[in-house]
Amino acid sequence: MTSIEAQVLQPYKYGFVTDIESELAPAGVNEDIIRLISEKKQEPEWMLEGRLKAYRQWLKMTEPTWANVTYPPIDYQAIHYYSAPKQQPTVGGLDEVDPKLLETFEKLGIPISEQKRLAGVAVDAVFDSVSVATTFKENLAEVGVIFLPISEAIREHPDLVRRWLGSVVPHNDNFFAALNSAVFTDGSFAYIPKGVRCPLELSTYFRINAQATGQFERTLIVAEEGSHVSYLEGCSAPMRDENQLHAAVVELVAMDNATIKYSTIQNWYPGDEQGRGGIYNFVTKRGKCAGRNSKISWTQVETGSAITWKYPGCILQGDDSVGEFYSVAVTSRHQQADTGTKMIHIGKNTKSTIVSKGISAAQGQNTYRGLVKIMKGADGARNYSQCDSMLIGDQCGAHTFPYIDVRNSSAIMEHEASTSKIGEDQIFYLRQRGIKAEDAVSMIVAGFCKEVFRELPMEFAVEAQNLLSISLEGSVG
Amino acid sequence: MLEIANLHATVDAREILKGVDLIVQAGETHAIMGPNGSGKSTLAQVLAGHPAYVVTEGTIQYEGRDLLDMEPEERAQAGVFLAFQYPVAVRGITNAYFLRAAVNAVRKSKGLPELDPLDFIDVLQEKLKTIEWDDTFLNRPVNDGFSGGEKKRNEILQMAVLEPKLAVLDETDSGLDIDALKTVAEAVNKLRAPDRATVVVTHYQRLLNYIVPDHVHVLVDGRIARSGGKELALELESRGYDWIRPEANAA
Repeated sequence: MTSIEAQVLQPYKYGFVTDIESELAPAGVNEDIIRLISEKKQEPEWMLEGRLKAYRQWLKMTEPTWANVTYPPIDYQAIHYYSAPKQQPTVGGLDEVDPKLLETFEKLGIPISEQKRLAGVAVDAVFDSVSVATTFKENLAEVGVIFLPISEAIREHPDLVRRWLGSVVPHNDNFFAALNSAVFTDGSFAYIPKGVRCPLELSTYFRINAQATGQFERTLIVAEEGSHVSYLEGCSAPMRDENQLHAAVVELVAMDNATIKYSTIQNWYPGDEQGRGGIYNFVTKRGKCAGRNSKISWTQVETGSAITWKYPGCILQGDDSVGEFYSVAVTSRHQQADTGTKMIHIGKNTKSTIVSKGISAAQGQNTYRGLVKIMKGADGARNYSQCDSMLIGDQCGAHTFPYIDVRNSSAIMEHEASTSKIGEDQIFYLRQRGIKAEDAVSMIVAGFCKEVFRELPMEFAVEAQNLLSISLEGSVG
Repeated sequence: MLEIANLHATVDAREILKGVDLIVQAGETHAIMGPNGSGKSTLAQVLAGHPAYVVTEGTIQYEGRDLLDMEPEERAQAGVFLAFQYPVAVRGITNAYFLRAAVNAVRKSKGLPELDPLDFIDVLQEKLKTIEWDDTFLNRPVNDGFSGGEKKRNEILQMAVLEPKLAVLDETDSGLDIDALKTVAEAVNKLRAPDRATVVVTHYQRLLNYIVPDHVHVLVDGRIARSGGKELALELESRGYDWIRPEANAA
C-alpha cells in the first residue's frame, strides 16, 4: 500500500447504533407483509391495491445485471421490510417523540428539536420505516406548501398523491422500483402550489438503524405552474457487517415555468476496509419536466454505500424545458458505483447539462453511465456532457459508458471527458508549499469538484466538502 | 545555513547522487551547473524532500536542524522553497486561494494567526508591487492552462509571496524567452537579502548573467566535480562540460 492509499481509510463517523426498541415485521416479502405495511400506515384501499399490483409485477421481473458492479445474490426473503421505533411519534409534536430519536438526529447534525432548528430549512426525519418529525409544517402551510411524510400525505391528501404517484416512475419501471412500489414505508411528499416560491429549503434525512432491515422510501415532489422549490436529501446508517438494501424511488414533476432543484448528499455506510458490510443503494430517481420552460436540476454528492446503482434523470417533455445533472461520486475502500443520468429530450428546444465527477481511491470502482436521447420531435435540442474521472492510487478504476441516441438532426451534442490521477508529484507540490498532505488532497479534490459544489445550496456545499475530505482522508501522503 | 555532506541518493533503486558536499551560507547565491543526468534536479528534489528520492547516505543540516528528518511541509514551513522545473497544475483552485492556503499553513506552523482573504489580498498586492508584477495570475487556477513560461513565472510569484530563507530554483530558466528571463531574474534579485540564500540549478550560463552567483559548482555524475566563482560559469559556456569529466572520474 503506498502512502497515497494509506490515507483513504478513515473510520465512518455516523456508524453508531441507536438502542431503541423497534417493532419489526417478520423477515421476507409477501402479500401479507404488504397488507401489514399498508395497515400500519392506515392507507386507503387504492394504495394497497397499487402495492399488490407492483408486488405481482415484481415477482415476474429479474434483478438487472448490466451494471458494472459485482455482489453476491441478495436474499429478498431475509430482509425485514418494516421496522419502526416502538414508541410511535404522533402528529402531536416533538415532545412526544422518543428522546433517543431526537438524540440520534442531533448526533447526526440534523436539527429537528425546536430550539436547534436551522433557519431556512424544513426537515423531515425518517428513521428506518417511519418519519419521526417534520419541522416547519405549519409555516409552510401558510403559503400553501404541503410538506409531509408521504404516509401522512396519502391519508390527508389522497387525491393529490394518487394523481402523481407513479406518474414518473411507474410501478413496472424496473426491478427495484417495482419492489419499492410494493413495500415502501415512508418518505416525503412536497407540493408547491401555483406561483409559490417555497420560502424554505425542504430537506429529508434518512437514517437506517435496525439490523437486517431494508429502507424503501418514496419521495414525491410536485411543483405547480410558476413555482420554485429546493430540496435536500441526506442519509447515513450504522456500521454493520452484513449488507443492507436501500431501494428508494424519487419522483419529481415540474409544470409550466416551475423549477425543482434536488440535492443529495449520500453518505450511507460504505463497508469496512475489507469490503464487509455497507449499504446497497439501488435507487430510481426521475424528474418530469411536464410543463413548458420548466427546469429540474439534480445535484448529488455520493460518498457512501458499498454499491451505488442510480441514474437520476429528466424527461424533458415541455418545450424549452431544462434538465441538469451535477454529480460527484467517490468510491474508496471496496466501494463500487455505477451512476450517471438519463436525459430524454421530447419537447422542442429542450436543453440538458451533465457534469459528472468520479473519484476513485483504494480499491474503489467508479462507473459513469449516461444516456442522452433526442426524440424525433425534439427540434433544436441541446446537450452538454462533461465526464471527469480522478484516480487516487493504482488499484482503483474509472469507467465511462456514455450512450447517445439522436433521432432529430437539428440536435447539438457536446461531450467532453477527462481522466486524471492524483499522484505523489501533485501532492508533493502542495506539501512543498507548506500544506499538509491531507489538506493537499482535500484541496485537489475540491478543485476537481468545483463545478458541482457550486450548484449545492450553501449549507450543503460546506458539508459536502467536509464529507469529501473525510472520505478521502488518508488517501494520499 | 545549509550543509550537505557526502550525500548519496537513489531514485527507482538507481544511484544518482554519489557523495555531494556543499555549504551555503546565508546571503549567498550558489549556482549548480552540469550536463543532463548529472543529478542537478535530484539534488533539488532531495532538498525539498520528494518521497520518490531515497537518501542512502550522508547528511543535510539546515539551520542546525536535520533536514532529512523533516517532512516536506515542515521543510517548507521552515523556509525551504523549491521552484519546480515542472510545476504541477491544480484544477479549480485559484492561485490566490492556493497562495493563501500556503501562507496560512506556514503561519500556523509558527503559531501566527491565519490571514483572512481580505488581509491576504493586501499582503499579496504588496508583494506584487515589490516584484513589479500585475495580478493577472491570481484568479487563474494554479498552473492550469499556463504556458511553460507562465508556469515558471508563477513559481517565482509563489516564492515572492512565501519569502523563503532558502530558495532552490530548478531550471527556472528553461522555457523562458529572454524578456521573461529578465523579469524572473529581476524578481529573484529583489528577494536577495543577507538572511536568505538562493541555489540556482541551471544548464546554461545565460541565467547567471542576470542572477549573478557568488559560487558556481559543477555537478558531474552525482558529485561536485569543480567549484569556483562566477567566472567558472563563463568558462563552462565556452568549453562545455567534457573537460571536467576526467577529473570527476578520477576523484
